[in-house]
Amino acid sequence: MSITATQITKTFGTYTALAGVDLHVPSGKLVALLGPSGSGKTTLLRVIAGLETADSGSGRIQFHAEDVTDVPTGKRGVGFVFQHYALFRHMTVFDNIAFGLNVLKRKERPSKDQIADRVHKLLKLVQLDNLGKRYPTQLSGGQRQRVALARALAVDPKVLLLDEPFGALDAKVRKELRRWLRQFHDEINLTTVFVTHDQEEALEIADEVVVMNQAKIEQVGTPQEVYDHPATPFVYQFLGNVNKLQLPWRGFSNADGSHGPFTDSSAKVAYVRPHELEVLRYRVGVDGEVASIRTIHAAGSVARLTCVRGSSEFVDVEISRQRLDELALAIDDPVLLRVRRSRTFAEDYAI
Amino acid sequence: MSSVRSSRSVLPGFGLSLGFTLAYLGLIVLVPLLAAFIRTSEMSWADFVTAVASPRVLASYKLSFGASFLAALVNSFFGLIVAWVLVRYSFFGKRVVDALVDLPFALPTAVAGIALTAIYANNGWVGGWMEPVWTAAVAKLDAWMPWASWKDWLGLKIAFDRPGVFIALTFIGLPFVVRTLQPVLEELEPELEEASASLGANRWQTITRVIFPELLPALITGFAMAFARALGEYGSVVFIAGNMPMHSEITPLLIITKLEQYDYHGATAIAVVMLVSSFCLLLLINLLQKWSRRHHRV
Repeated sequence: MSITATQITKTFGTYTALAGVDLHVPSGKLVALLGPSGSGKTTLLRVIAGLETADSGSGRIQFHAEDVTDVPTGKRGVGFVFQHYALFRHMTVFDNIAFGLNVLKRKERPSKDQIADRVHKLLKLVQLDNLGKRYPTQLSGGQRQRVALARALAVDPKVLLLDEPFGALDAKVRKELRRWLRQFHDEINLTTVFVTHDQEEALEIADEVVVMNQAKIEQVGTPQEVYDHPATPFVYQFLGNVNKLQLPWRGFSNADGSHGPFTDSSAKVAYVRPHELEVLRYRVGVDGEVASIRTIHAAGSVARLTCVRGSSEFVDVEISRQRLDELALAIDDPVLLRVRRSRTFAEDYAI
Repeated sequence: MSSVRSSRSVLPGFGLSLGFTLAYLGLIVLVPLLAAFIRTSEMSWADFVTAVASPRVLASYKLSFGASFLAALVNSFFGLIVAWVLVRYSFFGKRVVDALVDLPFALPTAVAGIALTAIYANNGWVGGWMEPVWTAAVAKLDAWMPWASWKDWLGLKIAFDRPGVFIALTFIGLPFVVRTLQPVLEELEPELEEASASLGANRWQTITRVIFPELLPALITGFAMAFARALGEYGSVVFIAGNMPMHSEITPLLIITKLEQYDYHGATAIAVVMLVSSFCLLLLINLLQKWSRRHHRV
């Protein structure tokens, strides 16, 4: 079931949360809505879910060509998972998951056995087989979130919506759970949209990333597209680390191995990722921007250097551990920096 | 909570604070109550039974506990609605309404009693208006269902009768329920309702299956407090009750009456019965409350 949102506007008083947003989520995909807090990503998700209504006169929400704009949330066929789980504390895990089935009208409600059967299947699916009789307070954060997911799936939703599903968990559980979610999605193939402010999370598991900023969508694309070819300075800065180099620079490595000065007539700032810089030991007569080493951080898979160019322009560089050993750098050593790849944006594109 | 006596606590030690707590509670609560028991223990068993189980006293227990229970029950229902409105909606004059809730707390009980009596008496605003309406209603009911003895209810009064007791006890109990529920309602996550709605529950199902169970522990606390307060209420009730022996006489009034007749032993004996039974009831309610919040992490 695909989701199409057209020209969605949502204002809260004088605050604009969504300014005419268009979004298409293809059927069966796992899509991440990524953005800083206040970018409108959660509001968009809630509008899709029907928990929030878009401003009157603004656009429509369609699930697979069916207009659901005026359909109440309970009848839209969405499974919604909340950041803080929103489990019902007074019910067992079993009853939590069965809730959506138990509130059905008598005619539509499956029999007790059928419900029990379905709940047990779901418990198995989220790998909580034997915990049906527990209460939510007796579970860990990761387990609670999986109960919330099972509860959302119990009503056979057409789309699954997750609002910062891993936001309240600690780093390790978070990593495990998001891998699990990816795997889980591949198994059930349900159109899924999740909101996150963690770029690593979005890039790691989503089929498609929707980057949002200030009530608008900045870019939509696969993780690699948005990371390698950011459409706007915002996306560049939001996804991964980036140096903003004040042009002109003296060192630029061309693809063919030659090098020369780096200038751009239309821009004063070049966006360069830390791993797109090359470091050489300082030698007279070699092309490159002169800088000195400020810090060396070698604990990790790559070495991170902070260099200072001029008096106060800091440049982050990532090189391999091997390269660091070859260079045998020490603090305050002079080095030459060369840009391997960069991106400039036209001057008037202020952020 | 496991290391209550942790030696590295920032605040003064457990020993000091517990000692203070016990001394204070002992001085303020325990010693006076103990005096009642000691006074009573001076009586012979037969005297004690006569004092606490004479028909007039038994009738007063029935009224005191019955009306208090009913008042607390009614307060639980309407207090919940008041708390809900105060927490969930913002409207013009909300602060005034919020302050009004505390009025029964702050008002001297005698003032409350006089005011209520003035209103509900047969020549008062409400009483005067109720009288003909009630008479007409009874006549209608009698015409409709003549076999039921509706006419017996004809002389029903609010002030100077049992309904007056109930009204006074309701009046003084309301703030307890509202003030207990308010913080709990404020902390109730809206996500719970949204989760319920997104799973297809209608409003009624959301209220009865999701919200109400979340509120139940606080509601029981509020009920218990309103009930306990009503049991001990004296000032406002004596003005409105009419205080007819065997009919509209509350137990606290009976204790005062005994005191006025210099029957100190009789007074303390009834006091002891009230004390023990309220203590048992509160204990029971506490257990009930503990049961209702067994899955809530405090």
